[in-house]
Amino acid sequence: MSEEAGALHVRTVAELARGVREGEFTASELTEALLERIRGLNEDLNAFITVTAEQALAVATAADRARNSGSAPPLNGVPIVHKDLFCTSGVLTTCGSRMLANFVPPYDATVVQRLTNAGAVTLGKTNMDEFAMGSSNETSWFGPVANPWDTSRSPGGSSGGSAAAVAARLVPAATGTDTGGSIRQPAALTGTVGLKPTYGRVSRHGMVAFASSLDQAGVITRSAEDAAMLLGVIAGFDERDSTCLDRPVPDYVAGLRRPLKGLKIGIVRQHFDEGLDPQCASRIRAALDVLRDEGASLREVDLPNLALSVPTYYVVAPAECSSNMSRFDGVRFGYRADSPEDLLDLYCRSRGEGFGAEVRRRILTGTYVLSAGYYDAYYLKAQKVRQLINQDFRNAFGDVDVIAGPTAPTTAFALGEKTDDPITMYLNDIYTIGANLAGLPAISLPCGFAGKLPVGLHLVGPHFAEERILNVAHQYQLLTDWHRACPEGFA
Amino acid sequence: MSAWETVIGLEIHMQLATVSKIFSGAATAYGAEPNTQASLIDLGYPGVLPVLNAEAVRMACKFGLAVNASIASRSVFARKNYFYPDLPKGYQISQYELPIVSRGELLILDDDGREKRVGITRAHLEEDAGKSLHAGSDEFSRIDLNRAGTPLLEIVSDPDLRSPKEAVAYMRKIHTLVRYLGISDGNMQEGSFRCDANVSIRRRGQQTLGTRTELKNLNSFRFVEKAINFEIERQREVLEDGNTVVQETRLYDADLDETRAMRTKEEANDYRYFPDPDLLPVEIDEAFIRSVRDSLPELPDAKRQRFVAQYDIRQADAEILTMSRATADYFEAVAAGTDARLAANWVLGDLSAALNRDGLEIEQSRIPPEQLAGLLERIADKTISGKIAKDVFEGMWAGEGSASEIIEARGLRQITDSSAIEAVVDAVIAAHSGQVAEYRAGKDKLIGFFVGQVMKDTRGKANPAEVNRILKERLKG
Repeated sequence: MSEEAGALHVRTVAELARGVREGEFTASELTEALLERIRGLNEDLNAFITVTAEQALAVATAADRARNSGSAPPLNGVPIVHKDLFCTSGVLTTCGSRMLANFVPPYDATVVQRLTNAGAVTLGKTNMDEFAMGSSNETSWFGPVANPWDTSRSPGGSSGGSAAAVAARLVPAATGTDTGGSIRQPAALTGTVGLKPTYGRVSRHGMVAFASSLDQAGVITRSAEDAAMLLGVIAGFDERDSTCLDRPVPDYVAGLRRPLKGLKIGIVRQHFDEGLDPQCASRIRAALDVLRDEGASLREVDLPNLALSVPTYYVVAPAECSSNMSRFDGVRFGYRADSPEDLLDLYCRSRGEGFGAEVRRRILTGTYVLSAGYYDAYYLKAQKVRQLINQDFRNAFGDVDVIAGPTAPTTAFALGEKTDDPITMYLNDIYTIGANLAGLPAISLPCGFAGKLPVGLHLVGPHFAEERILNVAHQYQLLTDWHRACPEGFA
Repeated sequence: MSAWETVIGLEIHMQLATVSKIFSGAATAYGAEPNTQASLIDLGYPGVLPVLNAEAVRMACKFGLAVNASIASRSVFARKNYFYPDLPKGYQISQYELPIVSRGELLILDDDGREKRVGITRAHLEEDAGKSLHAGSDEFSRIDLNRAGTPLLEIVSDPDLRSPKEAVAYMRKIHTLVRYLGISDGNMQEGSFRCDANVSIRRRGQQTLGTRTELKNLNSFRFVEKAINFEIERQREVLEDGNTVVQETRLYDADLDETRAMRTKEEANDYRYFPDPDLLPVEIDEAFIRSVRDSLPELPDAKRQRFVAQYDIRQADAEILTMSRATADYFEAVAAGTDARLAANWVLGDLSAALNRDGLEIEQSRIPPEQLAGLLERIADKTISGKIAKDVFEGMWAGEGSASEIIEARGLRQITDSSAIEAVVDAVIAAHSGQVAEYRAGKDKLIGFFVGQVMKDTRGKANPAEVNRILKERLKG
């Protein structure tokens, strides 16, 4: 092992892929090393629901064989973990719910399949808020995840297990899903990079649905470069998802090199109002200064309807959720209540016992807003506001290339702090939800610390501008070291 | 005339004849082992997504164009949410606000035989649910999801029908049409073609509609007529007793020939329809519509008119011959080789009877059309009589060979040689002097007796026209 690259667990995807390719170490050695780390450190974090050690070692052995025969795919031997709502053939896929605590899918999600085909080695499935409904990872049936920067705090959610695992250097990269900020907010709270692509850029096939028109698969990594590499693998048309667009996939890694000179960055004034923690605000401003110093220009943009994004989201998402959750009825798979008296009892108790409180709350909200007599006032109106928000972004992107701001209003909050107050919890996604409603690509990247806790910079681009936001994030990371900072105890 | 007027609208649920399901690649074939034709999509597995079958869209367009409807340039799939064990996702994917077909029409014959226009409100695509089996003493209900995801076209008529007979005429016409178009097998036993009827009555002259009831799952033409008849009578009694009709769903019980209340409006589900976010709107352009229009076959009405004009056959015969495309094709193949009127008579007569007797469809006829034409040609060229032809037909049906082969083998060639017939006639006259005297005394009807005797002695082979001519000449005395 070469000294300057450091221990295996701190290296990036790009570095590990190179290491296996060049024979610096084998995929098996790498897999063993990270499995060992997971065994030692996961207990404090609860980032994993399932560790697939045996399968991982078998895949790693095959990766080594492929390498030796000279037919290695691009991510050959690189360890990865998947949020536990990506279906994995033959491996438990729980969605963080008692409802699916026994569910073993017979197929792989497209995202999983593409990463596997690219040579990645799956080490396990990560903890998450139940069915991706939550912003703190506390709604998981398998217990909360701890933030590696302070284990009394939440890593955010819903992709909290993925973010914690990457931040704690248990794995270089993880998949996640983002419906209202579920990749970006945990990335911000754990000092990692979280990329949510454009809606339709990555197939949703095999991703258990929460809110179908908002859900999008993405990745959590430690560098923008890694996010670019992985996006190149998972993006692209899939005939099994009608909402997945048939558009060419650019070379995202090649796009990283573009200089910042001439970049026009939009700033939304309301993002810096009193809702934002002052320490976080100063970190964001400092990050914007770094970009300006490299030749980017800043200008204010107006998103007049953005203030309506949280209420709009909490109509649209629960509506779709209420319908998507209907298939969990105790009849064909998943949790079934003991000795039901009749069909109604089977439904009521299976769902009542199988779903946690937050999922039940959203099903009820969604059922209400779709009901006869309320549909126009809630669902239809929310869809109209969604169009307006989309239009606001479209107008703004006439003037700027990206919109920058905070990812979350605060740094990581204490576990238990917000569990009794769903509204405050929902407001944690105030800066991220707009990108979901408008289907835009967005990324969160570490830009410093408030106290000992990381702060995330949020970049949003126009539809299919992943290349540009990755480029800006990468250029920022060439100038700063925040993404190399490692939580104490996990170095 | 009754003081009451009946108002009926029909909703026909028709299975489209696609090879695979509307949102998955699983087969739609009927009769497979339970749950062997259900993919993960049909089972509503977590994570799987529907992908629309383009063929189902094409078939819906065919229907729309055939009933002169407008085809939506943009139609939307919606989720109809309700819980039932045979509905795997907890919602049915259907179309709600923006159906693919709207504002069509169909001409039927009303009870007085006059042509009448029936409006078609809309036709929309949707997926079928599975089947629940509640068998006898078994404490479990069983579910077969083979049917789940089968494409259906739901065709909704305007409330333009005024009698049970009109309702049946409309349903039959749709049935004929969709089989012509090749978009449904129309098989009612297998549930490929079933219907709900919305029925209300009102005082004649009244403008507003009466309260309607919905009769569910009528799966034969006979049941449609009987169920509506029962329901009209029931509603009339309710109203004449001074009560009001309750808006409700009723189920027709064929065994008892009655309808029974299933659920009232208040008990109806709130389906919470909303656009399905997993499917994009269906966008159809002019070029697609043109390509579908170009693929349409000749439709029943046009074919019937052509048959009357081209073959000079009766309206009524043309109507029956064009009821199915297969029958029409068969007829045309026969008519190509012989006299068309004779062909019509035989297809509608002996051939139909034989098919019915053996329970066969015309496609399965034991006598191909060219062979039937061969038989009819032997009648036309006087080789055999029509009566003998019936025997030859039976021989052909039994697989004894072509008409000519059977005629030769059995020696059935008609006797047209007048000297041979004259000899038999003379013998008959000599043997029946009594009857000859009566005939000559004016009892003309006895000619039939003499013809019968001659035919008997020639074993039916004498040319009947020739026999008549010679008999009349000799009997003149």
